Amino acid sequence: MASAAIYSLFIINKSGGLIYYKDYGSAGRTDTNDSLRLASLWHSMHAISQQLSPTPGCEGIDLLQAHNFDLHCFQSLTGTKFFAVCETGAQNIEILLKVIYELYTDFVLKNPFYEMEMPIRCELFDLNLAQIIQKDRVALLGR
Amino acid sequence: MIGVGKAKQYANVLDKPLSRGRQEVSLSAFAFLFSELVQYNQTQVDNIAELERRLEDAGYAVGARVLELLCHREKGNRRETRLLGILSFIHSTVWKVLFGKVADSLEKGTEHEDEYMISEKELLVNRFISVPKDMGAFNCGAFVAGIVRGVLENAGFPAVVTAHFVPIEGQQRPRTTILIKFAEEVLQREARFG
Repeated sequence: MASAAIYSLFIINKSGGLIYYKDYGSAGRTDTNDSLRLASLWHSMHAISQQLSPTPGCEGIDLLQAHNFDLHCFQSLTGTKFFAVCETGAQNIEILLKVIYELYTDFVLKNPFYEMEMPIRCELFDLNLAQIIQKDRVALLGR
Repeated sequence: MIGVGKAKQYANVLDKPLSRGRQEVSLSAFAFLFSELVQYNQTQVDNIAELERRLEDAGYAVGARVLELLCHREKGNRRETRLLGILSFIHSTVWKVLFGKVADSLEKGTEHEDEYMISEKELLVNRFISVPKDMGAFNCGAFVAGIVRGVLENAGFPAVVTAHFVPIEGQQRPRTTILIKFAEEVLQREARFG
């Protein structure tokens, strides 16, 4: 299991629209408009990075490192992007993002009341996500 | 993904043993199919009660077939004729074949003589489903209620069967209770049997 302090989590659909946003106590930036703008900006940057790549077959930015945070991004085969802002040097976030992707396939895509590419409002997804993040926190404290 | 499994393959359907009904289906495949069933029916109706009824009807057909199959496979072509017999047949045999486990509980209603309840903490069909708040008390377990009604009615126990969410203390998720209300004639017949 992953172990990291995660500040916030975004899920964006294949056209760059924010469909899920969850804040885990990052300072500031809880504004809805801001998070929407950030998400679509990231979508574009991800696409630009693919164009910039000198070698073919680039899949875009996986990790962005700053002085005080890391941004990990995971893109599924269908173009849905999951990205998490974490503390610097956080380990195993790729695994965590894949686990979240799994939760997404289970509790969002198999839910008949979810409309594709629309914001995620699924109680079970929230519940299971909270559990995963909680587990993560516990693992972090035990470090 | 939860429930990705491999079922045993037979080249010819006739090679399949009829007596052993332990084959399993991928839970994911089922979940997607069921999700589509609900979505399709949603496009065909304009209110929730109608959707519930359609899901129940879909289940009814399953129940009728399951009864036929299991009476032959598990009971040596015999069918239960007593009330408690058929209820425990549903609670254990039918549940085991359909969901891989017996139902969590089978109880008699406390307020009415003609009511019985089968409760399940996490109904298989509801495993991945979050019902939106604006749909109120709608429960996709209506499909399972339909299965139960199908079994009961074809065994000669007409009943009204409904599925409800019942909150449990100290748990975030409610359980699903399948409420069975038997027709009057069933109880009268039972009384005659003694």
